[in-house]
Amino acid sequence: MTGVARARQAVESVLDPELPVVTLAELGVIRGVELNGDRVEVALTPTYTGCPALAQMRADIQAALARAGFPRCEITTVLAPAWTTDWISESGRRKLADHAITPPGPAPRHQGPVPLTLAPRPPETCPRCGSGGTVELSRFSGTACRSLHSCTACGEPFEHMKAI
Amino acid sequence: MPTENLFKALVREDDNGQWAFGTGFTDGLARVDRGVPEGVDRADLAEYCLMLGDDALIYAQRLSEWCSKAPEIEEDIALANIALDLLGHARVLLARVAEVREEGDEDALAYWRDAPQFRNVRLAELDLGPGPGGDFAATMARLLLFSSWRLAIFTRLAGSRDRLLAALAAKGAKEITYHRDHATQWVIRLGAGTSYSRARMTAGLDAVWPYAEELFAPHPVETRLAAQGVAVDPATVRTEVLGVLTEVLAHAELPPPAFVPDGEPHPGRDGEHTEELGPLLDEMQSLVRAMPGATW
Repeated sequence: MTGVARARQAVESVLDPELPVVTLAELGVIRGVELNGDRVEVALTPTYTGCPALAQMRADIQAALARAGFPRCEITTVLAPAWTTDWISESGRRKLADHAITPPGPAPRHQGPVPLTLAPRPPETCPRCGSGGTVELSRFSGTACRSLHSCTACGEPFEHMKAI
Repeated sequence: MPTENLFKALVREDDNGQWAFGTGFTDGLARVDRGVPEGVDRADLAEYCLMLGDDALIYAQRLSEWCSKAPEIEEDIALANIALDLLGHARVLLARVAEVREEGDEDALAYWRDAPQFRNVRLAELDLGPGPGGDFAATMARLLLFSSWRLAIFTRLAGSRDRLLAALAAKGAKEITYHRDHATQWVIRLGAGTSYSRARMTAGLDAVWPYAEELFAPHPVETRLAAQGVAVDPATVRTEVLGVLTEVLAHAELPPPAFVPDGEPHPGRDGEHTEELGPLLDEMQSLVRAMPGATW
C-alpha cells in the first residue's frame, strides 16, 4: 500500500466521537487526505459550525496517523461546501439504524427564502420494533444533529439524525 | 488497568485537543479564500463581521442561561444546542475580525471588550429569563424574531463576495432553519393553547416588538458593504420577515406583529446598549478577567 493510501486508511477509519459506530469517512466529514513529504494534510469539515466533537475528531485523527507511522500532520477544517447529511454513506446509514438512530432523509434544498415547516413531520419508523406509531419528543436530542423520538408500540425511545 | 486516579485514566497526558474551548480557531478559515474582496474597506469588513459575530455571541450566552432551568429537560438541551450553533458562528466571525484587523484573536474580542464596544443588536442582550422577571414565552418570542431575521439575512449573505461570509452563511442558514422551526412550534403551541398560555405568549411578543425595528435599520457600514455585494442591507429583509412572523402568528391564533419604533434606529450597532448587557458580560468574562491566560 502506498504511503498516502495508508494515511488515508488511518484517517478514514477513525470513529466519530459522538456516534462511535460510524467512521469519519462514513459520516462524510473527510474532505481530503494528502501526503506532502512526510507530512499528512487532512481536510475535515464540521457537521455543525459549533460542533464540539470537531476538536476530538482532530485529536483522534492525529493519534491515528501517529500510530500508522505519520507523526507529522496538518488538519484544516473546511467550511465550504457545507456538510450535508446526504454525504453519510450507505454503510454509515445502516450502522446508525442498527444502533437505534434512524438515518436522515434527503437534505432540503432551497432557492431563495427557506419555507416555514408548520405541519408535524411524518413519524419515523421505530428502529427497534419497526412500528410506524412513533412521536417526536424533541427536535434537539443529545447533540444538535439528532432529534429524540419515542415508539408508542414498544415504548422505547430512539433518535433520528436530522437531514441538513 | 488499575489506576489510582480515575480522572487521570480518562484524560490523556499527551494532548489537550479534546477541549472544545481550545483557541486557534483561525485554521477553520484556512481552506476558504480569505482575501478581502477588491475595493472593500478593511475596517468596514471587520466592523460588519463584529456586528454579526456579537449578535451570535451575546445571544448564545443568553440562551445558555436556560440550561438546567427550562420547563423540561428536552428544552434545556434544545436551547443549549441552539446556543452552541450560534457560538460556532460567533467564533468564525470574531476570528475573521481579528484576521482582517491583523490584531488580537477571537478570545480577546469576546473577553476583553466592555459593553460600549459590543456591536450586537439590543434584541440579543435582553434579559428575558430564566431569572427574575424572565419568561419562557418571551424567550420563544425572541427566538422566533431573531432566527427569522437571521435566516433571511444568511440566505442572502450566502451570495456575498466575501468568500468566508458566504461559506459561513450557507452553512449557518441550515442550522438557523432548525432554530426557527423550534420557536415556531412553541409559539403556535402557546398561542393556540389555553387562554392562560395565550396571554403569556401575547405578553412575550409584546416584550420583544420594541426591539424589532432595530433589526431592519441599516448601519452606514452595512449600507456601504451592501452596495459592494459583501453585506446584506437589513432593510431588504423586512417584508420577508414580517411575512414569516405573520404566518406563524396566524397559526398561533394571534394578531400580526406590531412593531413599535423605539428611539434611535440602530443603537446596538453604535455600542449603545440596554443596562442588561453589563451583567451578562460580567458573568461571561469573569473567569478570564480574574485569571488572565488561564488554560485547561
